[in-house]
Amino acid sequence: MKSSSATTLTHRETLAEPEGRRSRPRIRRSSLKTTLVFWTFVGPLLLGLLVFFFIPIIWSVVLSFSNARSTLSPQGFAGLSNYQAMLTDPNFVQSLGTFLVFAIFIVPLTFICALGLALLVNSVRFAQGFFRLVFFLPAACSYVLASVIWKVSIFNGTFYGLANQVLALFHIAPIQWVFTSNPPWYWLVLVTVRLWLQLGLYMIIFIAGLQDIPPELYEAAAVDGARGGWKTFRYITFPQLRNASISILLLNVIAAFQAFDEFFNIMSNGNSILARPPLVYIYQVALIDGNFGYGSAGALILTLIIVCFTLLQGRILGFGRAE
Amino acid sequence: MAAITSSGRLSRPRRRSKPTKQIISLTLRYGVLTILAVIFLFPFYLIVRNGLSTDLDITSPNWTFFPKSLHFENIQELFSDPDVPFLDGLINSAMVATLQTIGQIIISGLAGYGLARIPYRWANLVFFAVILTLMIPSAVIYVPTYVIVSDLGWVSTLQGLVVPGIFAGFTTFLFRQFFLSFPHELEEAGRIDGLGYIGTFWRIVVPNSTGVIAALSVITFISSWNGFLWPLVIGQDPSAWTIQVVLSNFLNAQVLNLHELFIGAMIAIMPLVVIFLLLQRYIVQGYKQSGLKG
Repeated sequence: MKSSSATTLTHRETLAEPEGRRSRPRIRRSSLKTTLVFWTFVGPLLLGLLVFFFIPIIWSVVLSFSNARSTLSPQGFAGLSNYQAMLTDPNFVQSLGTFLVFAIFIVPLTFICALGLALLVNSVRFAQGFFRLVFFLPAACSYVLASVIWKVSIFNGTFYGLANQVLALFHIAPIQWVFTSNPPWYWLVLVTVRLWLQLGLYMIIFIAGLQDIPPELYEAAAVDGARGGWKTFRYITFPQLRNASISILLLNVIAAFQAFDEFFNIMSNGNSILARPPLVYIYQVALIDGNFGYGSAGALILTLIIVCFTLLQGRILGFGRAE
Repeated sequence: MAAITSSGRLSRPRRRSKPTKQIISLTLRYGVLTILAVIFLFPFYLIVRNGLSTDLDITSPNWTFFPKSLHFENIQELFSDPDVPFLDGLINSAMVATLQTIGQIIISGLAGYGLARIPYRWANLVFFAVILTLMIPSAVIYVPTYVIVSDLGWVSTLQGLVVPGIFAGFTTFLFRQFFLSFPHELEEAGRIDGLGYIGTFWRIVVPNSTGVIAALSVITFISSWNGFLWPLVIGQDPSAWTIQVVLSNFLNAQVLNLHELFIGAMIAIMPLVVIFLLLQRYIVQGYKQSGLKG
């Protein structure tokens, strides 16, 4: 359907084009043509965004103000009760807390490790490509797959889990990594799995930033007596990486906010209550309990939070102006 | 060792006073890199090792680096296991990732070009709508999207898995940025030859943008193959499970069939490892351009 209408347009276009070019004054006609061509290019995307982005949000606003238990259509006006209930729901508040704790661990750790890795890899020449590939390769892995390895093989709570076998060498009793909250070892599991998977990606961005630094800066610094080591890092490298650093920090926070896969798969055998980020809790409410009005209210609260965060970062960084 | 010293000689000539210090520092760096490389590769090794072992080897209290024997028959066992829709999952994932990549690239490429080049009165307003979608990650609004898609009757269908992921504001934005810097002269040449916008786009712009198209295609494919949340939500019937959902169900089953789980994981990641090794250049370029997509 779409393709056939596109080809007819092509014909009309090619036929009409020379004429339109010659006669400049007839703006009206050419603007109609421009309109048609514009919508041929952009129409499919806008239609899709309308159906799968804008309408869902608007519809879920409607749902969130209504009782929609176990049904997808509103049944009676519920006012703000869904929002009220969600914001005072200890599980939801706890899930926001889980996100905060996760972000406090994962964001600085990813930042420091990715920067360190980038500096290290960038400082060698022989086999640099090999090391870059090796550190980047975990990005080929899905979070589900990584969860399998982490949960079943490395941090298995039984005696045959690898981590526990290593501990056994030091005569330490097996640890129930993801089933105990005292101490909360599951954070070690959840944080390391994400570190392993995404460090390489951020390293790539840092290396790109490093290679964009003009070598003259280092030469000038060498003339001034700063040669290698901490000083050039402190006064040249790090300030020059400002853009990469900021975008990596922000991407990290937003990615942590969307954490779902590894929490869903690692914290899934009755231990989910220990660490349940917002998206996992909303899955429970909407898809398991079938309470779509309540789930929609939760999704909209999360949307609001992330929009505020985005606007705030735009304000701080002056996005839009720079473009 | 020889390689290390030779690369040491390659590095910028410094004052000759401390060559030993330089060698030590270089050796140290390669030492740390090698240790880290082993750590990073270790989980891949675990998948292969456990996948080709018996459950007895996997759960042995005396873990050995190399299992006593390799069991390639695990592969056959997995595919013939009636309880695990593994082959269906592979086929679903391949279809979803391929269709989503093709659809997303075509639609975003067209829209990106239209927004970059066609002087339409409301183009800025449309662009603003696209930018608006960038503020809200699709994962955050999966419940609202699910509600609409299930109203369309698309739960547990291929179109339900594929279509919502085709419309990507971010890919469109990246295409637009790329086309903005596309050389005008080339397009002018097309105009002179009598090509309209569509002809210019198809005959001139697309053939000269294969790099960016390849880069964005390959990272779209990767994130689609590895995607979990949307397939989990929409693929409720086992026949509509993608490979990630199959593995997740497998992982959370009451009784764990360890060797099948790991051989499944190994097969699920193989296509992507091949893609990474072959198309590394485009993947790196794609991630650099997008910052980070998924």
